[in-house]
Amino acid sequence: MEYAISANGLTKKFGAFTAVNAITFNVKKGEIFGFLGANGAGKTTAMRMLNGLSRPTAGEAQVAGYDVYRETERIKQHIGYMSQKFSLYEDLTPKENIHFYGGIYGGSLSFLKQKSKELITELGMEAYANTLVKNIPLGWKQKLSFSIAIMHQPAIVFLDEPTGGVDPITRRQFWEMIYKVANEGMTVFVTTHYMDEAEYCDRVSIMVDGRIEALDSPGNLKKQFKAETMNDVFLKLTRP
Amino acid sequence: MKQLGIFIKKEIYHILRDKRTLVILLGMPLALVLLFGFAITNEINNARIALVDLAQDELSQEISARLAASDYFTIEDQLPQVADIEPHFQKGKSKLVVVFPEQLQSNTRRGIPTSIQLIADATDPNTATTLINYAQAIIYSELQESTDNPKPPLHIQTEVKMLYNPRLKSVYMFVPGVMTVILMLVSAMMTSIAITREKELGTMEVLLVSPLRPPLIVIGKVIPYILLSLINTAVILMLGTFVFGMPVEGSLALLGLESLLFVVTSLGLGILISTRTESQQVAMLISLMALMLPTILLSGFIFPIESMPKLLQIISNIIPAKWFIIIIKNIMLKGTGFEFVWKETLILLGMMFLFIAASVRNFKIRLA
Repeated sequence: MEYAISANGLTKKFGAFTAVNAITFNVKKGEIFGFLGANGAGKTTAMRMLNGLSRPTAGEAQVAGYDVYRETERIKQHIGYMSQKFSLYEDLTPKENIHFYGGIYGGSLSFLKQKSKELITELGMEAYANTLVKNIPLGWKQKLSFSIAIMHQPAIVFLDEPTGGVDPITRRQFWEMIYKVANEGMTVFVTTHYMDEAEYCDRVSIMVDGRIEALDSPGNLKKQFKAETMNDVFLKLTRP
Repeated sequence: MKQLGIFIKKEIYHILRDKRTLVILLGMPLALVLLFGFAITNEINNARIALVDLAQDELSQEISARLAASDYFTIEDQLPQVADIEPHFQKGKSKLVVVFPEQLQSNTRRGIPTSIQLIADATDPNTATTLINYAQAIIYSELQESTDNPKPPLHIQTEVKMLYNPRLKSVYMFVPGVMTVILMLVSAMMTSIAITREKELGTMEVLLVSPLRPPLIVIGKVIPYILLSLINTAVILMLGTFVFGMPVEGSLALLGLESLLFVVTSLGLGILISTRTESQQVAMLISLMALMLPTILLSGFIFPIESMPKLLQIISNIIPAKWFIIIIKNIMLKGTGFEFVWKETLILLGMMFLFIAASVRNFKIRLA
């Protein structure tokens, strides 16, 4: 089968420092792929190489069937991205944010009008529709941010620590949204360091110091490491 | 094209919703021009002077009347004797005292050398010199007109004509200067801040991952600031013309085009700064230190370049503002056409391409 993402020996060096060390993995279409690791393990750098923000030093990778060296512009057409830092404009309203991001992906005005109505109803944020984003609670912003990242129906969506600083209930709702789009066939590539979230993924990879040290479904990883939870798996890997 | 429109719309929201910055951007030109035009000025208006008239004749009266009639002086006091001058100065009552000697008129008529004494308070040397010059000019012209003696009291007369700014109004100097500083500030500082803000907030990453091409992002960012700069140019020119009577002798279209050139040059600098910095504060500091200070100090706006040390004169050549000030002074005051400012224009054009090429290069490196 064809993969949504495939990386082979992908490496990024900053001078003498190797941030990402020859990682190899495949992500199936429609899969929720968890990308785990401690801070500084190289998760974000790896993700930046896949979405075209950073040029790999060595190795190969295809995203949505396009090469990360030569076809970054095509990749951009087929992916959505929600950055670790919050990616909406704080001095615009949710509606204006939807129009802006939808517009730069080439959505027509009538499509955007309809879409922004739909999204706002779906998220149940009618009350905030015309409030500046900076005055909206964080949980709502995060959900809106995600909705905007997938508005243009990308084949793959990259989420960089999407649930940082959000309460457990909102996190639960957020994951329901992720399940929904994955069921519809979108591939979800998500980095996190909440180990309970790892349980929600179809497969997870755990990065330690720039290498992928483990890669399998959460159930298999727990068996393999004889651990109760993903948290224990992670601790066994990172603290030998 | 449609994407560009959407981007510009977003940018305009940013500008309009940041009320404080907007007030500063639009209010600053007003404040600066009015401040420089009215308050910070080195011209003399209604300076207080005193007279010691020992002659009390027709000629002394006429000279006094002429001094009083000019806009430069107001006669504050008549002092009865020379001994009163010192205490008068010490009280700070006037800046200049004119002493007419006894028998001024009769001596002048008979061709006996006489002198009118001008005593100035030189605690402020520039003002003192200017006052003396003005008073001298008024006295000479009166003597020339009034004496029946065909020979003037001086055998060689210098005839002075101040071209392009006959009344030596300092606002003629400040309007081009303030315009330059404001355009530099709005164009370079504001764009560098606007671009680094997106980096700081993390939205730049999202933009770069989107299908928007980087040049489009930059163009979309700067167009609103070009508009803002042109509005400021118009406001400053109108203030200069209607409030201070500053002429625009040359072609307005040429003036507009040259301003646009300078704005784009400054934008290039702003983008260059933003490609090198990660935070808004650093961008602002660099803009202030590396752009504003040289623009104010080395452009010839306040301090004449000709009287600077050789080294600074050489450095001043790399300041875009210097060339822009030369151009707009020529157009506004002398009414010269393009044929007299093409060299300066060419220099600015060269600088513009240099900055834009450098920023495009740096922007690409940042993406790698």
